[in-house]
Amino acid sequence: MSNALRPFLRLLLCGALAAASQVYAAGARLVVCSEASPEGFDIVQYTAATTADATAETVFERLVGFAPGSTALIPALAERWQVSADGLSYTFHLRQGVKFHRTAWFTPSRELNADDVLWSFQRQLDPQHPWHQLSVRGFPYAEAMAIAQLIERIDKLGEHRVRFVLKHPEAPFLANLAMGFASIYSAEYAGQLLAQGKSEQLNRLPVGTGPLVFERYAKDAQVRFRGNPEHWAGAPALERLIFAITPEPNVRQQRLKAGDCQIALYPRPVDIPTLKADPALRVLELDSLLVAYIGINTRHPPLDDVRVRQALNLAFDKSAYIRAQYGPGGASPAVAPYPPTLWGHDPALSGWPHDLARARQLLAEAGHADGFELAIWTRPGGGPTNPNPGIGAQMLQADLAAIGIRAEIRVFEWGELIKRAKNGEHDLVFMGWAGDNGDPDNFLTPNLSCAAAQSGENQAGWCHAEFDALIARARQLPDQAQRAALYRRALAIFHEQAPWIPLAHPKQFSALRRDVQGFVLSPMGSNNFSRVRREP
Amino acid sequence: MLSFIARRLGLLIPTFFGVTLLTFALIRMIPGDPVEVMMGERRVDPIMHAEAMERLGLNKPLYAQYLDYIGQLARGDLGESLRTRESVWSEFLTLFPATVELALAALLFAGSLGLIAGVVAALKRGSLFDHGVMGISLAGYSMPIFWWGLLLIMFFSVGLGWTPVSGRIDLLYDIEPVTGFMLIDSLLSGEEGAFLDALRHLILPAIVLGTIPLAVIARMTRSAMLEVLREDYVRTARAKGLSPARVVFVHGLRNALIPVLTVFGLQVGALLAGAVLTETIFSWPGIGKWLIESIGARDYPVVQNGILLIACLVILVNFVVDILYGLANPRIRHQK
Repeated sequence: MSNALRPFLRLLLCGALAAASQVYAAGARLVVCSEASPEGFDIVQYTAATTADATAETVFERLVGFAPGSTALIPALAERWQVSADGLSYTFHLRQGVKFHRTAWFTPSRELNADDVLWSFQRQLDPQHPWHQLSVRGFPYAEAMAIAQLIERIDKLGEHRVRFVLKHPEAPFLANLAMGFASIYSAEYAGQLLAQGKSEQLNRLPVGTGPLVFERYAKDAQVRFRGNPEHWAGAPALERLIFAITPEPNVRQQRLKAGDCQIALYPRPVDIPTLKADPALRVLELDSLLVAYIGINTRHPPLDDVRVRQALNLAFDKSAYIRAQYGPGGASPAVAPYPPTLWGHDPALSGWPHDLARARQLLAEAGHADGFELAIWTRPGGGPTNPNPGIGAQMLQADLAAIGIRAEIRVFEWGELIKRAKNGEHDLVFMGWAGDNGDPDNFLTPNLSCAAAQSGENQAGWCHAEFDALIARARQLPDQAQRAALYRRALAIFHEQAPWIPLAHPKQFSALRRDVQGFVLSPMGSNNFSRVRREP
Repeated sequence: MLSFIARRLGLLIPTFFGVTLLTFALIRMIPGDPVEVMMGERRVDPIMHAEAMERLGLNKPLYAQYLDYIGQLARGDLGESLRTRESVWSEFLTLFPATVELALAALLFAGSLGLIAGVVAALKRGSLFDHGVMGISLAGYSMPIFWWGLLLIMFFSVGLGWTPVSGRIDLLYDIEPVTGFMLIDSLLSGEEGAFLDALRHLILPAIVLGTIPLAVIARMTRSAMLEVLREDYVRTARAKGLSPARVVFVHGLRNALIPVLTVFGLQVGALLAGAVLTETIFSWPGIGKWLIESIGARDYPVVQNGILLIACLVILVNFVVDILYGLANPRIRHQK
């Protein structure tokens, strides 16, 4: 290209941007480069975190909420609540004067009341409810949390008072109500849609009480929200929130650097040093409620022998694994099924050291001095708990070879892996778990209870009567200190019995431009932008 | 000619059923079902799983599911997405214009540049330019699209700041979709600067998507031109004293275009396949990205019918090319 042409070409290419008028004041607008498209906007039908970010964290609210950046519960649509002495009855006093969103497709005639709470739950619980069968996908989150098996009934005690009666005491119940599937919908809006034969609109054009009002979704491109000036907690600082859907992490990073977006979610761990080095950017990091582990199938001999399981734990070089998988500072080593940041952890609990001599000794004591053969199962593509499954499996294979165990690596597509692991076909399987509600039970019961061993979610197939009794008892106690004491005893059993090789608690990262203030990461992995402001 | 068209039409029917059978079978051969994938690592109660499969109509035997599918197609019903509950047809119509816009821009880039480069390389055979064009086109043909796209983004968008990183238009603009074609919609919106901004967003994706077709067209044009330029009628034209431009463009290029046009037709399929990666890199909301996500979620109706619609499009384009080719070349249409 000649030198004479170059300025002309630059002028032509850059001209459009210069000509672009500032439609909105930049300070009141936040663009977030998000990682995927929301599946829909009727959050109770979905489980993906992306969908929750675009619905439960913007449009909808729940009776209780999580304090920003923590697992502590705070009042939301319920301004206060009482729990009965037997732990079976929860009475919620609803906030008065809460307005549903006024949009082009719905004009509310009344404020939030108990009918909305009843509608939001009965729809998921009552098979006779007119909206129950309209969800072809069902209500996966509520079903996975076994909510129907927990709630006996919900009573309307007044315009602004509701009571949940449980079938058995369940300490994490309040925390469960802060999760996306417990979002409160407008019964009036739903009624109008049903009468007009437009029930599918609930999934397309949501109406809630949240700090941001849904405006428009351009499929696979962007989701637009505007600030809710009538929000009960005051109007958010943002006039506009836009999710720019950018699935490729590298492109999210480039868009952030170019200023196309102000926040890039889920940067890759390998990119963190580069992002931190950029003076225009900040990187937020948080110990999230994630655990990566290797499930040891305790139903397959010789893995049913605790000495063999302990030998596996001793043989695996966890530090090398964490360095290779997550990079420096990308994760902390796991010694228990949930992170040390969660209450109920035992700070005295230390993990198994990397000790090949002791591992060989334990194998010999178990009658396997010459080792044995087993299969390591993993998946082809990486995820937050296991960024590079292939490398991880090879590292384990090499470490096991050092104590004479001949391991074969078998790679299964994710859906197939879960299915077969639930059937208990594996020996060792790389898995992960993300906590939903900041309660230790959320890690223990779904993954390590005897019931989970029966249903297959407990990939270790491990059923230990004392451990099971401890976590069952802790689930029913209302007092957190008492519960924590029981969990510490349960963790000691878990450590000694070694049904897993606990690997790591990966950190959660987000990258943002320096003018973004007020954004905090949530340990639950959700992203809420309603308190964000931009200050140049 | 009519019997030629009838023969070609007759071939479309088994091709259509072949495609339905293949897409139906292939998506079901991928391990994992939609309910398992939807629940991820969470517990799936077997009763709940069975109920969900029944609601989705996936508990029937495979042959019954296939017959239901064909019956649905016969009624012109493409079904609903299992994920979004939107009709597949409406999702396709929402996203397809973005892919067409990108593919047309890529074809325009590849066609115009490929023809010029091919013709000039043929005229300057053995020169540095010829070797350069052939070398670059070979490199372009071998280029991994993903890497090429990221390289261009880092150089032109982040390094020089000349082009946007991704998307169809700056998020400053809130353009309501009317036609689905951003260039047209931005004009219709009347927002100042929107059209130029949409055009700027099209540049890099079109270059990335058009790189392989550009290489193919340049090489094909060069070899076709070389062949035609050796023909007697070209020598005669030159001997008659026609201007070099007239000899090259009227007598040479016009005849060389026949095989090049066939390649153009074939490139439609290649462009749609390439769009899958290009759309992912540039966050371009088209059908490529849509299908990839649907395969991941085992969204059977979207995968089956999305691929079917694309296959129909490719079949249609090739059918039209066949007819045009038959019209242009009598030897083709008389072949039995």
